[in-house]
Amino acid sequence: MVSCRFRTGFQGGLAACLCLYQCLSVWQAISLAGPVTVPESVLQAESRRIAVMQQAAPAVVAIFAAEGNGGGSGVLIDASGFAVTNFHVVQGQGGFMKCGLNDGRLYDAVLVGLDPTGDVALIRLLGRTDFPHAKIGNSDQVRAGDMVFAMGNPFLLATDLQPTVTYGMVSGVQRYQYPAGTFLEYTDCLQVDASINPGNSGGPLFNASGELIGINGRISVEKRGRVNVGAGYAISINQVMNFLDHLKSGRIVDHATLGATVTSLPDGGVVVAHILENSPAYRRGLRRGDELVSFAGRPIRSVNQFKNILGIYPKGWTVPLSYRREGERHDIQVRLMGLHRRAELIPDEDAPPEEDPRRKGPEGPEEKDHPAPDDHSPEMKPDLKKVEVPSQYAHMFVERREYANAYFNDQALKRVLSGLSDWKASAQATDRWMLTGTLNDTQPVDLRLLPDAVAAKIGGSFSVQKLNEDFQDIPSGTGGLLGALDQLKHFLYDRENYFSELYYLGSEPLPGSQQRVDVIITTKQLMTCRWYFRRDKPELIGFDASLEEDADPCEIRFEATIPAGKTVFPKILKIRHGDADWGRLTLDALQFLTESKTEAQK
Amino acid sequence: MTRWICGLWLCLGLICAAGEPTLAAEDVQDVIQTVQSKVVKLYGAGGLKNLASYGTGFLVSPQGHIVTVWSHLLDADTVSVVLSDGRRFFGQVVGTDSRLDLAVLKIDADHLPCFDLSQTAVVGPAAPVLAFSNVFKVAVGDEPVSVMHGVVSAKADLSARRGRYQLPYRGWVYVIDAVTNNPGAAGGVLTTRQGALLGVLGREVRSDESHVWLNYAVPIGELKGAIEDLISGKSRRQDPLANLPAGSDGGYAPIDFGLVLVPDVVFRTPAYVETVVEGSEAEKQGLRADDLIVFANGELVHSLRTLDAVLQKLAPGDDLQLVVRRENELISVTFRVPRKK
Repeated sequence: MVSCRFRTGFQGGLAACLCLYQCLSVWQAISLAGPVTVPESVLQAESRRIAVMQQAAPAVVAIFAAEGNGGGSGVLIDASGFAVTNFHVVQGQGGFMKCGLNDGRLYDAVLVGLDPTGDVALIRLLGRTDFPHAKIGNSDQVRAGDMVFAMGNPFLLATDLQPTVTYGMVSGVQRYQYPAGTFLEYTDCLQVDASINPGNSGGPLFNASGELIGINGRISVEKRGRVNVGAGYAISINQVMNFLDHLKSGRIVDHATLGATVTSLPDGGVVVAHILENSPAYRRGLRRGDELVSFAGRPIRSVNQFKNILGIYPKGWTVPLSYRREGERHDIQVRLMGLHRRAELIPDEDAPPEEDPRRKGPEGPEEKDHPAPDDHSPEMKPDLKKVEVPSQYAHMFVERREYANAYFNDQALKRVLSGLSDWKASAQATDRWMLTGTLNDTQPVDLRLLPDAVAAKIGGSFSVQKLNEDFQDIPSGTGGLLGALDQLKHFLYDRENYFSELYYLGSEPLPGSQQRVDVIITTKQLMTCRWYFRRDKPELIGFDASLEEDADPCEIRFEATIPAGKTVFPKILKIRHGDADWGRLTLDALQFLTESKTEAQK
Repeated sequence: MTRWICGLWLCLGLICAAGEPTLAAEDVQDVIQTVQSKVVKLYGAGGLKNLASYGTGFLVSPQGHIVTVWSHLLDADTVSVVLSDGRRFFGQVVGTDSRLDLAVLKIDADHLPCFDLSQTAVVGPAAPVLAFSNVFKVAVGDEPVSVMHGVVSAKADLSARRGRYQLPYRGWVYVIDAVTNNPGAAGGVLTTRQGALLGVLGREVRSDESHVWLNYAVPIGELKGAIEDLISGKSRRQDPLANLPAGSDGGYAPIDFGLVLVPDVVFRTPAYVETVVEGSEAEKQGLRADDLIVFANGELVHSLRTLDAVLQKLAPGDDLQLVVRRENELISVTFRVPRKK
């Protein structure tokens, strides 16, 4: 070890001697004054810190994998037991796991949702409705220099279920860390010098007031093996919150892409290098060579900033984008495409290991840069035995393709659709609808929604969508209004049996507004609809119907509703397609037809 | 004695820590931003196993003088310098000082934020410090470099190496408890919590005695004179003659013959002549910069180290025969080994 001795030679020696001399006099002063007293302010700061940590600790989860095969950490985010952790902690653990809290108890927990790209997983602890949980902070307000603390289960030391605390400083914010392996890209993340180690993965990063600002998940390692060397990374809690309802949907959720790649110019600008012609951004007018000004409200000055922003949003969110072409600024709203094809996200048990050579065992955070060749961490074993399923909770795990746990999707669907009773059950309703009203308060509109066709008379012009053919853009320029209305009919009337797919997606800001809405997805043939529901009460407020995957939807928003049986029916429909409003359809009457005669239903 | 001084420092440390004015979070953030604006990201040679092609430096003049650690990074023809605002420049090596492991670069810019070398600080053990660097090249473009916090664990003499590379610097250093011994950190700065410059983060080396990786910074006071000399042009390239330790014993060095060889950066650095000291024996013998020494007293010279081994065996009055390659020519010269000064 280095010797604790002062160099007394020439050069620097003189300065050191002076120091030593000064120090001597200080020391003498102390010895005269008696024992060292610590100022009150220091003691107060210390007891404040201890109090904050004690307050935070009950929400920290120790996750133990089956058969002592590693584990990790997590953090409770609400009283019902939802807890966030890393994807790489729960990966391969099956539907159930055991989790410990600092009350000394071991709880059963069930897998809820997975975000392989963001390295996030949602689990739910069971057996209580009053779980302690962390206060959610705002990671956008974190600055380099903030003091933070991590809690968790490093090196799986928490066998007494008391979390380990490590204290440190935020080294950087809005960091971008390249994907490790196929997934696990860390975007817009927090870099800390608090010691994050294998086993801390999935655990909370708290700010000095004990608010949850991040999920620890990754460290830089190099020559000293898989231990912390001063650079750890936490997924920002704001990103996690963007995905939270998606994760609660029980699905394996996807991240987003703009459908374009960008590159930086020598002068610091960021321009579009390539753009897919089937991307929404292209349809909104973005082209190769355009300079990005801002994205999702944040200025773009580097490629990393662009990737950072992209990484915090789920597939399908609509965000504002501003670009400059020939000096002129354009502001557009872009729906983000999925980063992966659906099949890519489904865990393939038989996948050859080289597909994701850096996939690690559940114990450790993913490392970046230099994979240690002498890494002894346990690799994931595909034949890992699962935790014995607790019989009283067995119904809470439902395996289904593309889902982490379909049970939670079924529950969410029930909740969101609770305000929409199935009309088929009502005696009056039939699947032959006649609607009358006006378009833009001027043209009379007459609509027939029949089992084999949708027909419309708008003003003086007729249009028909035959239902034994693909849905088309009818009337032209609406994005397929007649098809959309047909889907609305089925969504209200017989959704359970009609759609080939019907699931709860999660939540997103309603395009063009700040209102966060619950989203249900349906598909029928090539037609996909996104149904938007208020979150405070289960009320359908509109939907988007796309004729095919890469088409601008017919966007329909309900401006007023009328009661119809046990539910409501839209009275005023605002219709929009592409970049333009198409019209405002006011419905005066809905009638259910039988084969021959009409049965009025106001 | 040693223990007594350690104890003394501990006491002082407590005083320092207690006397440290507690800074509000905003103040620390401001300090950090100010320091980050003076730190630059460097990209140069490297990229081979365990040799990072990136590093850190800091501005010491508004005209773009940058101090960094003298390393393999600078072996590239040009070193790319990225300022905290994202602007990219090509840096020229103004001068190096191999004994202090120091290099000064210059970029063509003006009105840059910089450290004032007349406003530096010295602290004792237990003083809280901040370390800034582009460790692991986490930051790119205009992203601020990483900051770590820690305390000075000790002020101590340094004897360290990496592999067969012996760190030339022999003075005292700040040993710190923040993990700065990482790729890219060398050339970063150590400051007080108020942002006053304390030292330069050193390269990745291990202690000679314990073989642990050392987290340390070379005090700026030890480097200041050399930095100023390099900037003013008083010593354009390294001038080891001026820094030769008095009465060094055992063997000879190339400089004893008037030769300055290239820095020993890799396991087998070829023995190229960097410069020939004016008026020296080597100049009289007609040796020139860029000559490659291939034989010494009949031994094949693989690297600087084999040459060193030959020189170590010399005694005054011996002959030293060197064969150098210049272009496609082999030139043989013979020195009479001088008496050591």
